[in-house]
Amino acid sequence: MSDAPDRDRDGDGGEELKPPPGAQRPKVPVRKEAARRRFIRSTALACGVVGLSLAGWIPTARAYKPRLRPPGALEEKDFLASCIKCGQCVQVCPVQAIKLGDIDEGFGIGVPYIAARDQACDFSCDAVQCILACPTGALTYRKPDFAEVRDGMQMAHDPVLKAKANDPEPTLNLKERIGVARLARPEICLAVLGQGFKGQARGAAFKGTLRYMSVDRWKPVPVREQPYDRAVCDLCVTECPIQDAIRLEEFVGPDGATRHRPVVLEQCVGCGVCEMICPVEPAAIVIDERQEWEGV
Amino acid sequence: MASMIERIKVMLGAEPQKPAVISPEAREWHAMKRMNKDDFLAQKEHMREHQIVSHKWRNRRWAVLLFCNLLFTFSFWLDIQILEGALTASRFIGFHLVDLNSALQVALAHKHIIVNLVIGTLTIFFLWVLLGGRSFCSWVCPYHLVAEWFEWLHLKLVDRKIVTDHQFHRGARTLFWLLFSGMALVTGYTVFETLSPTGILSRALIYGPSLALGWVFLLLVFEVFYSRRAWCRYVCPIGLTYGMVGTLSPVRILYRLEHCFHEGDCKKVCLVPHVLDMVVKGRAEHTEVPVGPDCTRCGLCVDVCPSGALQFDVKGLSKML
Repeated sequence: MSDAPDRDRDGDGGEELKPPPGAQRPKVPVRKEAARRRFIRSTALACGVVGLSLAGWIPTARAYKPRLRPPGALEEKDFLASCIKCGQCVQVCPVQAIKLGDIDEGFGIGVPYIAARDQACDFSCDAVQCILACPTGALTYRKPDFAEVRDGMQMAHDPVLKAKANDPEPTLNLKERIGVARLARPEICLAVLGQGFKGQARGAAFKGTLRYMSVDRWKPVPVREQPYDRAVCDLCVTECPIQDAIRLEEFVGPDGATRHRPVVLEQCVGCGVCEMICPVEPAAIVIDERQEWEGV
Repeated sequence: MASMIERIKVMLGAEPQKPAVISPEAREWHAMKRMNKDDFLAQKEHMREHQIVSHKWRNRRWAVLLFCNLLFTFSFWLDIQILEGALTASRFIGFHLVDLNSALQVALAHKHIIVNLVIGTLTIFFLWVLLGGRSFCSWVCPYHLVAEWFEWLHLKLVDRKIVTDHQFHRGARTLFWLLFSGMALVTGYTVFETLSPTGILSRALIYGPSLALGWVFLLLVFEVFYSRRAWCRYVCPIGLTYGMVGTLSPVRILYRLEHCFHEGDCKKVCLVPHVLDMVVKGRAEHTEVPVGPDCTRCGLCVDVCPSGALQFDVKGLSKML
């Protein structure tokens, strides 16, 4: 199709295309002009599309949404490079903890993350199936040699899953943590305040699920269906799926009474169950995503 | 072989050239059509009158496309685990499938490939060699379907002279292919996936709507009001990747000179009309000319041709039968 018919709609008036009065305009220059315009248009298209695609770097570089990645994820840069954005990890997760990033995350579009407060990874699958499902090795049981390893990310030993404690093989096949829990708001922590907790941990509308071994080992159930009654709130400790990852420590409060506070231990993998179950709003204990263990 | 190289050049952006040599049989046909003009016209009119308007291939294709994409959706929703994942990578009853362009992006960005990725990529490679390369575009890609619907709107507006189609240089797509590969290699991110409407739509169909659909909508608006099928024609590197696979494929559209009345309806409906250059009077170099690798095997030309000059063909198979 020729560009000639639209020359006046281009907005530039098409002045140079008008034939001089009384002269028959030769055909070639018109075609040349059309080719020139097409070239300019194509260049603009190239710049536009490349510019837009590289704009995806901005949210990534500025860590606009720091995300907790699924277990077994490579370091963030490698993870974004190797993830093929297919969501197979999403599909195998028994508690639907894994979500996919949107376009506002730039290069993080289609990349899986865990919003722990809404739905943490409770290892209900026992085998870390998201790793098994990953076709590219973005989630991996064992990092390849070239991959970056940060100090404090590797677990001292394979984490023991409480649910599997009586099995012949009680450990999770997970070499690295995905984050570390931190008592971010001790001033509202019920244990620190010396209070108990009674009722649904996150209210009646909360959709999150959790594996309760007392209910069913293989079927996670909604948290709202499992009301608690604790003299001292210790949900983050009792619901933690990993052995020796968190414990309640006694201390003497300013008024001389015995108080408690959750203390995070080296075996914390950063799964986020404590953050999800914490009954105060906002959560007193949170996961620092991709945070290394720095010792106590 | 020479003609395949010529067809690849056309796919990469070169203008189709008049053939240097025309076979004696083809020349005879060309001459015959010139000589008996009245006869030829009468036959053409006759054909027109008796044309059966058919959407056979389009309907089949839409059905396959919807089936493939909904199989992903329902595999997840109903947890039937037949086709898990999205178009970028998936598992078909356990077997890895990996989209060629996504695999390329990941390999270039990550610079490390694991066995499952190789297996999945090779499977898809051989599958699309068998099935026609860019047939991925028209028979599977969800953006293709949506773009087809919006193209209808674009053509309506063109008819009413409300919009015009602004064409770009077809070589732009080759440039984009190189640029996106280069950017993946240099930045270490799968840059193209940020914008890929194929990935965005596939994921949206399976995992639910996202803001990214806004980008897809903007693309469609651009195509309706400014440039017909711009993404598929001038940008999408997935198309070029599968186009290259298509050079090896036996499945293609075959043009038969003797049945052609040179009306050009096929070029009007075609996403990639440059592959149909042989339908121009006097251009066919043989009596049968296979359509080049940039063809998406969508079958719109097969449906629209009143005289059956364009047909699906499997190289080698037709001769055997």
